[in-house]
Amino acid sequence: MSQVNNFVIKLANVNGTGSASANGLVMKAIFRMGVPVVGKNIFPSNIQGLPTWFEIRVSREGYLARSGEVDVMVAMNGQTFDRDLKEVSPGGVLLYDSTWPRERNITRHDITVLGIPLARMCNETFENPRARILMKNMAYVGALAALLNLDMDVLRGLIEEQFASKKKLIGANIQAIELGYHYAVENFKCPLASNIEPMDKTAGHIMIDGNTAAALGCVYAGATVGAWYPITPSTSMMDAFRSFSEKTRIDKKSGEKNFCIIQAEDELSAIGMVIGANWAGARSFTPTSGPGVSLMSEFLGFAYYAEIPLVLFNIQRAGPSTGMPTRTQQSDLLLCAYASHGDTRHVLLIPDDPRECFDMAVQAFDLSDRLQTPIMVLSDLDIGMNDWMVPELEWDDNYRPDRGKVLTDEDLAKVEKFYRYVDSDGDGITYRTYPGGDPKGAYFVRGSSHNKLGAYTESSAEYKDVLDRLLVKWETAKKLVPGPVIRTAEMPSRTAIVTMGSGAAACREASHKLAAKGIHLDYMRVRAFPFGEEVEKFLEEHDHIIVVEQNRDAQLRTLLMTETRVPKDKLHSILHYDGQPLDYRSVVAGVEEFLSKGEVA
Amino acid sequence: MSFVTKPRIIHKSLKRNALGLTVRDYEGVATTLCAGCGHDSITAAIVQAFWELDMPAQQVAKMSGIGCSSKTTGYFLSAAHGVNSVHGRMPSVTTGANAARRDLTYIGISGDGDSMSIGLGQFAHVIRRNLDMLYMVENNGVYGLTKGQFSAAADLGSQTKKGEANQQPPIDPVKTGLAMGASFVARAFSGDKEQLVPLIKAGLSHKGFAMLDVISPCVTFNDHETSTKSYAHTREYYHPAIHTDFIPPSEEIVAQYDDGEAMDVKLHDGSHVILRKVDKDYDPTDRGRAFNYLMDAQDRGEVVTGLLYIDQKQGDMHQRSGTASKPLGRMEHEELCPGSEVLKDLQKAYR
Repeated sequence: MSQVNNFVIKLANVNGTGSASANGLVMKAIFRMGVPVVGKNIFPSNIQGLPTWFEIRVSREGYLARSGEVDVMVAMNGQTFDRDLKEVSPGGVLLYDSTWPRERNITRHDITVLGIPLARMCNETFENPRARILMKNMAYVGALAALLNLDMDVLRGLIEEQFASKKKLIGANIQAIELGYHYAVENFKCPLASNIEPMDKTAGHIMIDGNTAAALGCVYAGATVGAWYPITPSTSMMDAFRSFSEKTRIDKKSGEKNFCIIQAEDELSAIGMVIGANWAGARSFTPTSGPGVSLMSEFLGFAYYAEIPLVLFNIQRAGPSTGMPTRTQQSDLLLCAYASHGDTRHVLLIPDDPRECFDMAVQAFDLSDRLQTPIMVLSDLDIGMNDWMVPELEWDDNYRPDRGKVLTDEDLAKVEKFYRYVDSDGDGITYRTYPGGDPKGAYFVRGSSHNKLGAYTESSAEYKDVLDRLLVKWETAKKLVPGPVIRTAEMPSRTAIVTMGSGAAACREASHKLAAKGIHLDYMRVRAFPFGEEVEKFLEEHDHIIVVEQNRDAQLRTLLMTETRVPKDKLHSILHYDGQPLDYRSVVAGVEEFLSKGEVA
Repeated sequence: MSFVTKPRIIHKSLKRNALGLTVRDYEGVATTLCAGCGHDSITAAIVQAFWELDMPAQQVAKMSGIGCSSKTTGYFLSAAHGVNSVHGRMPSVTTGANAARRDLTYIGISGDGDSMSIGLGQFAHVIRRNLDMLYMVENNGVYGLTKGQFSAAADLGSQTKKGEANQQPPIDPVKTGLAMGASFVARAFSGDKEQLVPLIKAGLSHKGFAMLDVISPCVTFNDHETSTKSYAHTREYYHPAIHTDFIPPSEEIVAQYDDGEAMDVKLHDGSHVILRKVDKDYDPTDRGRAFNYLMDAQDRGEVVTGLLYIDQKQGDMHQRSGTASKPLGRMEHEELCPGSEVLKDLQKAYR
């Protein structure tokens, strides 16, 4: 239902035509008018010529998930016109370029169709062929400004900022916006029922994507060595790390860089570099995606067994195999939890928005140094590459990195002998040293069986001793990782929703919508693996647990079944794995369907 | 071969270096390789080279992958840190370590399987980055730990013990190193310590990637009459093209060299390498000619040894990328974290 400050605009474009910046402009303008907004980019694995969509959800309540509705469709792509038309919700509006009339295609009478001769207007106004294409985008931005009641001063301000370094382009862009604006004012009834009224609900917030925020977290955590192999959708994370490092980590006098970014020849090498750098005492990380984790698996087992810290960001995309590289999914959970052959298990952190990407990036380095083991941060394309509205990132200047149990030369001077894998504190975590220090602290890292003294062994007892101690460390990890976020329903409930990561926004909204219908559900978002006592307790306290996740095989449900005491028949699934970010309606529908089966008292 | 740890005997008459250490102080744990293995001779040469260089153990990081060769990092310099990583991936781990601690001296020990088969990709790319390290290939043409399969470095027609002939042409570490743009390329023979020790010292002192291929016969699986990597075959076809003398920074050049035959190369750390050429026409600074020379020698069945190529003008990974001279791994939090005010400022772009 179209309402003020509560609707969805979907823009259907051809990729490579400059539409992304125009669409971003509309979203940013709404944000600057104080109205909560979120954007989802649904793009092809291609550079130019294929269909691409951008969805802007305006939500005065501040909901961040997709709604599943389209109130205003801007149909700029002839290839997809018919399906875009079909997708408009009843009562909605479709805006299209009427330079090429489409009367015959327009078969719906339950929506309002508005045609603007965008291409003709731009061809008449602009000389340069490339400008004619780019300015068409700006012209529909102008039409939307009139139809949605966008503040023209805000738009002008954004254009001036965007072209600050190419000032001569400002005039043409503003001219194109005005072209569309005036056409709409003269020919349509403006504004539409779906329009923007200024609010003050975005103060103290930023619009940022998770990859940028995670990269910033790496800078703040003191990471110095970044090694990577380009892979969608993780690539923008290293771009951001480079950009922030160049802004903040280059010595003004000497020009020396307090960071080292290495583009590796493949993911096998990237993870090897990260292991080498962490072993040598730097904080080092790699961003990647599912196929990269597959390649890194051998080394992940090495780091687990040799107990070398490292931080890996897995920006998940739709698998299996190459899958859909530009679509989102949460289908690497089991892969990451147990990556590598033999008995291995890894600590995972699962952020639900860009702000948590920033916080968890810092946490990941501390946990990794503390636990001397790989930490994988499981983000996904939806969080990583889409702009989310989040409260401003905060930094405590009293923060000091937790480098864990590292013996300095002074510490070594006090001990008679150093052995790498002796658990003197009983928490499963042993002391390490960095190369370049006192020879007393020298030890030999190996992925082959070793005893607690660090020496090669084929003795069954000595081998088991180390393997069992790693489980003690695993128990320690349960206490150190971030606990779940739990929200109790207004009315007591024995039924609960459990989710993770980017599923949270849709689940939160679905819970509110269901509560309004009298269905009260408790809510838990797991934020880490291994699961701690809080997770166990929550599962114990509920009879029916609906696990909402974005993969086909119910991987979170599987992990909960395997790694907690919960009985299998308590767990039910809502699975969403079409590659689109999860929308709240699917969750509502899934819960209602489950309840309608009458299993819940 | 010894399975019993014997007490370390340091005889009073053993010479001490500038650090007051004897050669025995540079040893590691007892070898578990077969008696007579070429690798053990190389280990002895490494020990000798580090001792002669007066190298403090904590200055060194020992890196390796998987295989007989890679086990040997345990057999020297017990007092140095080391990583025995996964098969064929030593270069990446060393690259990361070097990224963090550019002040350390890296010695990587690999084999022909570890470098020319499973690790060829990383071998090529570590060369491309001109990583500051000495990379040694202990080259015996076979997989020892899995009992005698050919490696990619095995010569065409060379036969296994059972008489099976190798059908594939070899990937030669030296020619590959030259083609990939390595800044220091050398070959030696495990049986010639006199040549090997100065080459190791020169490789360790070279700023950039130093590749040292060492023919190192496998006594158990590749030392028979029909092998081209046997002691007998190598001795017969062994052709030193260049003799190398290493002179540390503190010493004067006292030996007399004939004009035109000797070439004095001053390394970045102040040491000198004097190259005495057997073939007067050989020019170890001309990559193309070095390559042709090796091709011709290979046709004659010769195993050319010596410091075959050197280029000191390429910057190493850090020089190229402008990394801070202070090792990144030693930086304090205050040097790295921009603080809360900067964070506020950076976020203005996201409003």
